[in-house]
Amino acid sequence: MTSAGIRRRRAVAGSPGFLKRSQPRYGEKAIKVLLVAASLVSVLTTVGIVIALIPPAADFFGKVSFGDFITGTDWSPLFKPPHFGVLPLVSGTLMVTLIALLVAVPLGLGAAVYLSEYARPRVRAFFKPILEVLAGIPTVVYGFFALQAVTPLLQDIWPGGEGPEVFNALSAGFVMGIMIIPTIASLSEDAMTAVPNDLRDGAFALGSSRMQVATRVVFPAALSGIVAAIVLGVSRAIGETMIVAIAAGGRPNLSFDPLEGMQTMTAFIAAAGIGDLPTGSIGYQTIFAVGALLFVMTLVMNLVSIRLVRRFREVYE
Amino acid sequence: MGTSVLDKGPEAGVPEVRRLKGRGTPLRERLFQLSLWVSLSVGVVFLGCLLVYIVVEAWPRLDSRIWSNFPDIIDPSQAGAQSAIMGTIWVIGFTALYCLPVGVLTAIYLEEYADPERWWNRAIEINIQNLAAVPSIVYGILGLGIISRGLGFGQTVLTASLTLSLLVLPTVIIAAREAIRAVPPSIREASLALGATQWQTIWRQVLPAAVPGMATGSILALSRAIGEAAPLLLLGGLTFITFNPSGPDSAFTVLPIQIFNWISQSRAEFTSLAAAAIVILMVILLVMNSLAIWLRNHYSRRW
Repeated sequence: MTSAGIRRRRAVAGSPGFLKRSQPRYGEKAIKVLLVAASLVSVLTTVGIVIALIPPAADFFGKVSFGDFITGTDWSPLFKPPHFGVLPLVSGTLMVTLIALLVAVPLGLGAAVYLSEYARPRVRAFFKPILEVLAGIPTVVYGFFALQAVTPLLQDIWPGGEGPEVFNALSAGFVMGIMIIPTIASLSEDAMTAVPNDLRDGAFALGSSRMQVATRVVFPAALSGIVAAIVLGVSRAIGETMIVAIAAGGRPNLSFDPLEGMQTMTAFIAAAGIGDLPTGSIGYQTIFAVGALLFVMTLVMNLVSIRLVRRFREVYE
Repeated sequence: MGTSVLDKGPEAGVPEVRRLKGRGTPLRERLFQLSLWVSLSVGVVFLGCLLVYIVVEAWPRLDSRIWSNFPDIIDPSQAGAQSAIMGTIWVIGFTALYCLPVGVLTAIYLEEYADPERWWNRAIEINIQNLAAVPSIVYGILGLGIISRGLGFGQTVLTASLTLSLLVLPTVIIAAREAIRAVPPSIREASLALGATQWQTIWRQVLPAAVPGMATGSILALSRAIGEAAPLLLLGGLTFITFNPSGPDSAFTVLPIQIFNWISQSRAEFTSLAAAAIVILMVILLVMNSLAIWLRNHYSRRW
């Protein structure tokens, strides 16, 4: 075909009406509408969450000033007189999260480096599913184990002093950390596996040892993916409910001693939700105020994590 | 790779090479590798301890009482978890009914129709990723505020399964998308070239090829829903229930909630009862996971 012919064909192809169906297929159109409707369910879920949270939380903040809520150090919303300072719940949440991360980050990253840089395929095929089982165990089971096994064990072996209380942040955080290992290990292993072999080979050719390749080449190259994995782990730790509700106790406590019992934001929501609070009462509205704070905190973390994951994926594909 | 190449090299007998080999694994390298090995083992050892501990705790109560009797707050020796087991089956059945069709249809839209350049499709995608990481108790708030009290469905099987299906929907969508993406474009192109419409191509070629992957992902998503307790705490699942659900509008309890209930009791008999219910829950999850793995291995196809 001549170049003029190609040009003509293109012009025709671009114009409306080219290869247009003489009969529109209404069935195909209807199916597409159905598919779009289904995908709107997830959008409506987010809208629903926001609608569920905002009006009761707004009512709450009509009665309690936002400043008092966010800076107050006494949380006793169901007592008389009630106090609505959320800091004890936030500090409890951060305490348990911190302990969980101290367990999960080193162990998760260690497992990831081993699986991606050292393990032979068969070893890897054996250990990966086992680690994934940890993520599939119901959290109520972890809570039971923390309360019934880990806490008594800690009390037995504690050197000097009294050791942890029956409900304490340490066991809850430790067990939660074990639960988060697979999240961190799996995502950071993905990030490290995505590092091209050229980089490794180059480093080996320069005489690097396997440890040097892992720590100075692969780890920095995969850093954004690793950070994303950790951020996701933080968000899971903040949002986890059953372990803390069972093993960390139900007493709001502005303390930084991990051996004491504390209440987290999620544990408060669960505890307040168990009692059948009448709609519209201030007790009922506190659930939504704390829930809104929790949602905003995890939303920010999730968006950071999504952005980081996307960045590391773009580099090596 | 690395130093290990020297182990098997043809010059293995040469003294120079042997010297290199000795230098190849200094103490620091070995300690590093050991610490990696230890971090991997901690999780595995923990898992082993947890399983052994639970079975040992549950042993005195691991008999037919656990599934043939109803919860009994006065006499723990005769208490069982039948209403919770039946409640779990009802709630998960309806959850699957709601979330699987919606999840699969959404995945088809995003993979086969949506133009990823359009901002609304990207927004849907980010929204799903974010929903996957929203804390489950927030879904409980959604269920309490909107489904239970807003729509007036009350504290029923229907409310619980709608809430759980929204909770696991992102997982189902992500798994179904991966299954659809694994079907190579050449299959679609061949079908379209033969004159099939887009939906005929999807329905007759893409979906049959993607079903095993979708089933695997869906089973894993539903097994997550079975273990969830937090959202159901807000939906009245903790109420003392001594009857099996009779329909979607019936009150209910589920295994994780019944376990939580027993853990909260102070008497020691309830501890082994809780452990026995945990064993039942874990066996159900194990069966589902094995089914998922079997499906993946049995039907996985290489193109």
